Amino acid sequence: MTATRTVTFPAGIVEAGLGTVTREIPASEPPPWPPNAELTWIGKDVPRLNGREKVTGATRYTVDIRLPGMLHARFLRSPLPSAELRKLDTSAAAALAGVRAVVVLARSGDRLRYAGQPVAAVAAVSPGVAGEALAAIDAEFRPLPFVVDMDEARAPDAPLVYDEASVPKGNPSGFPAAPGLPVVGNVRGPAVVRRGDPAQGFAAADIVVEGEYRTQVQTHSCLEPHAIVADWRADGLTVYMSTQFTSGVRQELAALFGLPLNRVRVVVDGMGGGFGSKSQLGVYGRTAVELSRLAGLPVRLALNRHEEQTDAGNRPGTSQRVRLGAKRDGTLTALAIESHGTAGVALGAGIGFFAERIYTCPNFETLQHDVFVNAGPGCAMRGPGNTPGAHGLEQAIDTLAERLGLDPLALRDRIDPSKARREERRIGAERIGWSRRHAPGADPGPVKRGLGVAQSLWMSNVQTNVACEVRVLRDGSVEALSSVQDIGTGIGTVMAQVVAEVLGLRPAEITVRIGDTEFPPGGPSYGSRTTASITPPLRTAATRVLAELGREAARMLNAAPEELEARDGRLRVKSDPARSLAFRDAAALLRTDRISAVESRADDYPGFRRRMPDAAMALEDLGGVQFAEVAVDTETGAIHVERVVAVHDCGRPMNRLLLESQVQGGVLMGVSYALLERRVMDRRTGLMVNADLEHYKLAGAHDTPEIEVVILENLQGSSATDAYGIAEPANIATAPAIANAVYNAIGVRLASLPMTPDAVLAALGKTGRS
Amino acid sequence: MTAPDMAGPGKTAITLAVNGTSRQLELEPRTTLAEALRNALGLTGTKIACDRGACSACTVWLNGQPVLSCMALAIDAAGQEITTIEGLAQGDVLHPVQEAFIEHDAMQCGFCTPGMVMSCAALLERDPHPDAAAVRDAIAGHYCRCGTYPHVVAATLAAAERKP
Ligand code: FES
Ligand code: FES
Repeated sequence: MTATRTVTFPAGIVEAGLGTVTREIPASEPPPWPPNAELTWIGKDVPRLNGREKVTGATRYTVDIRLPGMLHARFLRSPLPSAELRKLDTSAAAALAGVRAVVVLARSGDRLRYAGQPVAAVAAVSPGVAGEALAAIDAEFRPLPFVVDMDEARAPDAPLVYDEASVPKGNPSGFPAAPGLPVVGNVRGPAVVRRGDPAQGFAAADIVVEGEYRTQVQTHSCLEPHAIVADWRADGLTVYMSTQFTSGVRQELAALFGLPLNRVRVVVDGMGGGFGSKSQLGVYGRTAVELSRLAGLPVRLALNRHEEQTDAGNRPGTSQRVRLGAKRDGTLTALAIESHGTAGVALGAGIGFFAERIYTCPNFETLQHDVFVNAGPGCAMRGPGNTPGAHGLEQAIDTLAERLGLDPLALRDRIDPSKARREERRIGAERIGWSRRHAPGADPGPVKRGLGVAQSLWMSNVQTNVACEVRVLRDGSVEALSSVQDIGTGIGTVMAQVVAEVLGLRPAEITVRIGDTEFPPGGPSYGSRTTASITPPLRTAATRVLAELGREAARMLNAAPEELEARDGRLRVKSDPARSLAFRDAAALLRTDRISAVESRADDYPGFRRRMPDAAMALEDLGGVQFAEVAVDTETGAIHVERVVAVHDCGRPMNRLLLESQVQGGVLMGVSYALLERRVMDRRTGLMVNADLEHYKLAGAHDTPEIEVVILENLQGSSATDAYGIAEPANIATAPAIANAVYNAIGVRLASLPMTPDAVLAALGKTGRS
Repeated sequence: MTAPDMAGPGKTAITLAVNGTSRQLELEPRTTLAEALRNALGLTGTKIACDRGACSACTVWLNGQPVLSCMALAIDAAGQEITTIEGLAQGDVLHPVQEAFIEHDAMQCGFCTPGMVMSCAALLERDPHPDAAAVRDAIAGHYCRCGTYPHVVAATLAAAERKP
């Protein structure tokens, strides 16, 4: 048994009134932090510490890395959506001057299942020579029947993407997670989640609403493409990779190439966007390492934009039939959803757990199906499952409120048990001016305005397989180390804030070394878990090195170590601050050049909701409520999102400036999803027709609404920092909030994404096209 | 110096004036300015995200005007004054736009940031006191997948305020 002690934490939502909670915590854990107002650096707008490198172009991204002798790799890919590889002869390519290695990824007779599927790869002294080598590969593809449209793929006579033997069994991205589901034709599932008795619940309802909602395939569209530089040497493998998970990639590489972990190093500095798509090694990563192994030279493999849009992951498209049963007062009696989704040739096209958790409803059922089509594999993307899932359910709730004659916020007050979201609704309604909301379609002119609201829910994820180190050197300089990577959130800055807070220094005085598996394993940057995972052990480690330093200082100051505090660059006696020692002078007393503490993530104090081998879910889910104000031009069909108010919670906010950036990013990705983005597959050729950035539309500056961000301070006494994530919640509610606002504006519901001018005009009956 | 009438397809001598320094290069005439800067000169602050004029990540200045370096040939840039993100600061002193980008957190992953900075700094050169709409116009061609536009606009307005 580890020793414990009982401590009292501030708890509750600071904005709504704070209480306390008493917990039994391991004796080694630091004491409770007060609310942010009483802290020096935590919760403050500290600008990111690597900002200077970013604005001067000095940050090194994977695509910027050039090693001596480095080769350039390129893929030969299937030109057809479905084909049998009849012949693959790479001998002429291998014999070309300047070609150093060739890897074959498919064999003659293999079935290729999407246009762009890698078939072979070459590494050569220049990209030009690599291109010539691709042209010299003798490959023959026999076209096979294909299907790229999800509805067509569900038809009984649709061409089959997989036969029984080849169909994927497990589910790598875990949405839904059930293995071993039945497969009929191209449809796998359903994965069923059920509680209570839905049939009885619908029978007991005073009112039943039903709707069908559709979401499109969205591509991650990271501005830095998927890229890797692999350097295989006799004494070990070093990989520079644009990745969300350095230590995970190291594990994959060690297992795949039979290397001990201590001979594999994965490094990332600048990381140009992942959004879920750079979580794993991937075929491209594996291939680059294999080419480097064969050539005995470093190999660079960076996808070009076409490859990036077609074979670097995507958010699966869905169709969802949502049924809600309710009493006249709004109480839900039944909630049933049947969904079909497609992640191309992959699994994981469900609608998540949004409906399962967000509202109180005794009788519940989801039936989720994966539909295979001949298109590039989907993967997790910012709020996977829940983002499309919220789009369906939050519109259905809006419809239910209208049918019941209730305000959408009042209905949610009745059925949503989350305290955080209740407060978020209150604050958001005030900020957006909800009382101005009129009846649907009530504006008289051609440009009609509307207000809408939708909610967010995501897991409070924690990686427990996470460690970090804090060092104090004898000159008083300080380092914080972990393999955790900064994918744009500014986690390194938050780490510096934590260490600075504990040691009484300034964040800029902390040197943060991250993005390298030479340091303690930092866990992944996905699932909105980085801050929650890394900051508690970092605070604990900093507290430990401070205690060690304090022992030396206390001797000097004739005080007991526990009488000291670290503040303003000094260690001083709490009761008599005049007796103090500069931090640097205290460090000079150390017996060795450096002291250090390594800590790993302890369990949340009140335990977890769910425990997995390397990860866990905290007890309280993350909330978030977003309000949108739109103007719809009923003559052109254009929707202009004028304002979004995004009210969120993430436990203890660590840095409001950085959090605001992330929430704005989530909202913008949501605006883009709602109005603009759509992967277009040509039914006749099976090819993606907008695999670029000019026809695949992303939101730009002119599509950007005024975004107001409010972040609650929701203290729970759950860890040494009480911090959780925000990236995904910030994205989940946006599209349905806009859809509900559009309904409020024009009185017609657009159930499908994206809500293009075309779709608006069609919904208004103003176009011949359908 | 003007470009020769006929060159290529092999390498040809090209002189580029980059950030105030003259650089002699041997490049194939088909080499884009973005490739020349990144590969031949190691100035990797200029980013390529689409390589065909759709995202503005590769924005540099030619004679003070923002251009897409993925859509310009290096050979055509000969004889013009090229400014890249590495050349914007005066030694250790950052350009006011760079300062303001840091203060207002006008970056996340940072991949689009060099291009954004170049466009916003160019805007202040031609219009020292723009309003928010003018900043949005100046970055209308830039894509930022992380969604930094609101902070980019705020930072640029703040930089304009600071500039005398
Ligand atoms: S890289 Fe030049 S415009 Fe996109
Ligand atoms: S900061 Fe990531 S693309 Fe703009």
